[in-house]
Formats: sequence, structure tokens, C-alpha cells
Amino acid sequence: MREQIVPRVVGKMLIPYVLLFGPYVITHGELGPGGGFQGGVILGSAVILHALIFGVRESRKALPRGAIDVLLGLGILLYAGVGVLGLLLGGSFLDYSVLVKSNPAAAEALGMTLVEYGVGITVAAVMITLFNKIAGER
Amino acid sequence: MDSVFLYDVTLLALMTATALAVVTVRHLLAATMLLGFYSLLMALVWNNMYAMDVAFTEAAVGAGVSTILLIGALVHTGTKEREDGKKHWPELLLVVVTGAVLIYGTFDMPPFGDPSAPIHHHGAPEYILQKVGKAAAHGSEDESGHESHAGAGAGSAHGDDEFAGHVPNLVTAVLADYRGYDTMFETAVIFTAGVCLVLLLRPANGRARRRRGRRDRRPEPAEEAP
Repeated sequence: MREQIVPRVVGKMLIPYVLLFGPYVITHGELGPGGGFQGGVILGSAVILHALIFGVRESRKALPRGAIDVLLGLGILLYAGVGVLGLLLGGSFLDYSVLVKSNPAAAEALGMTLVEYGVGITVAAVMITLFNKIAGER
Repeated sequence: MDSVFLYDVTLLALMTATALAVVTVRHLLAATMLLGFYSLLMALVWNNMYAMDVAFTEAAVGAGVSTILLIGALVHTGTKEREDGKKHWPELLLVVVTGAVLIYGTFDMPPFGDPSAPIHHHGAPEYILQKVGKAAAHGSEDESGHESHAGAGAGSAHGDDEFAGHVPNLVTAVLADYRGYDTMFETAVIFTAGVCLVLLLRPANGRARRRRGRRDRRPEPAEEAP
């Protein structure tokens, strides 16, 4: 698809917005429809769109394989890390209310957002890995 | 006639037609696109049930990413289905019987949308009001925090819940907070799938490919044993 002008231009215009929409969906997970899984898929699909239009090799330059592998583990690490942080601050595992001592209710929302980002990062990395394995490598 | 009913019947007819088309069409690329269309219709069904999060996932994963992944797989397999004139009667019988049993099982379920169904009364009201009793375990410190924040959250649907109105989307409250363990291990499952993919589909170097070839030629160990 590298020589076709319409997908290139439209893709170039769309990708930044898709990249922005993913974190929006994750961050607003507790306010409206969406959450870590959906936002992660949207984030991953932005990278997949880039790879579809400009080729897997170009996509690899923008986001090396090592970085994707690190993100793969980073997401679940963030999730479990928030849980352990609750333990260290004197609560139980995955108890977010102790994260901010002065305002437990807001701390719950903060913990949920962090955890959703963990889910989103892992899901996005898995989606990109899936696509790269199927499309890129023989 | 009830407009929701009409909408549902229209969607069901469209989905049945799409599913039949997916089964009958011979061109695999067309079948993949039809599957994406099926997912979009399914997202409309979820939308109709006010299950926005599920609709969102269906549209993003079912219609979006999985279609792309299937097309990516088609690049390797080719887009023509192998002609196979045989009819598989035992398989058809099995599928029909299983489907009949499942439909028979739905006769015992309460009618669709029945507010007096058991599922709406056991636990669900507490989760919807977000008053499950999490905060009570923390003692008085939490309570004071709630009260100081109640004024700010009073404008929301329920400012006096366990999150002081911070989490209006109760689906996220259940997934990320009340059922945080479940979601964490779901993420672990996705992570494991990704790691397995990296390990299994690593580009095979020459030695690995030779070894695999040798293993395939070797006779079964069970035959050597006696």
C-alpha cells in the first residue's frame, strides 16, 4: 500500500487522533463507556494502521520490537505494582483507597485509572505483537 | 408495535442473513469482511441493550482488529476455499442437537428484560448503587473523607456511594475495583498469550528448522518401546 496516495495521507492524518483517542478511552474508563481493554485495542490499532500503510519495516523503526516486548510486561507489572503499593501503604492487595490518604474516594478513582492503563498497555502490546507476527515475519 | 422489538427483529434478520452468507461464500476475503459486518451488527445489539462497554469492545476488537488479523492470515493461506463436495452429516447432526439442547435450556430462563429476574436482585443492586460495604472496613477515617467530599459529588447520580461519585461507569467500578483480582489475572492471561506468541512464532533459524524436520521423520516412540 506504500505507493497509494489516499491511504497514506488519510492515515497520516488519522493516526495522531487515534493515538490520542486510546488514552482518552482508558482515562475516561470510570466516567463513560470504555476502559483499559478498549483503549488498549485502539492504541494498538493505531500502530497496526501505521504498519499497514507504511509497511512493517517502517513501523519497526518507529516502535522497535524490544520496546513492544518491554511494554508487554510493563502493563501487567503496573497493575500488580499498584496492588503491591496498596499493601506497602497499609491496605490490602489492590486496595486503592490508601493511595491518597486525605481522600480515599478520589484515590479509588486514581487506582482504577492506573490499573486500566496497565491493562491497556499490555493489550496494545499484544495486539501489535499479533499483527507483526502474522503480517511481518515469515 | 414496540419499536425496540421491531429493531431487534430487524437486527436478528440481518445477522442471520450475514451468518448464512459467511458459511456459504467461497471467497475467504469476502467471508472475513462479512464477519466484520456481523461484529458491527452485534455491536448494535449490545448498544440496544445499553451495554455500551461491550458494544465498544465488539466494535473495536470484533469488527476492527480481528478482521485485520484474519486478512493478515489470508495473505499466507490464499483466499480460495478448498472445494469439498462432501456433506458431513454426523457433524451436522451434532450441531443441530447441541443447538436444540441450548434452545431448550433457554425455556427455563426468565423473559428478556424481566425486572423481577433473580439476577437483578442478588448482589446487583448493591453494585449499581456502589454501596457494597468496602468503605466500612476502613473505619472512621474513610467516613470523614466521604463526608468532606459529599458536597462536591452531590450533583452526580449518587454522591454518597463508596467512590463519592467519582466513578459513574459502574462497569469499570466492578471490573477494576470490586473484581480487581479477576481483571488482573485476565490481563495476565493476555500477557501469557503474547509471550507464547513471541516464543512460538520466533523466526526459526536454520538449526531449529532442521531439528524439527528430524523429529517429524522419527517413528513414534510407542512403536519402539516393546
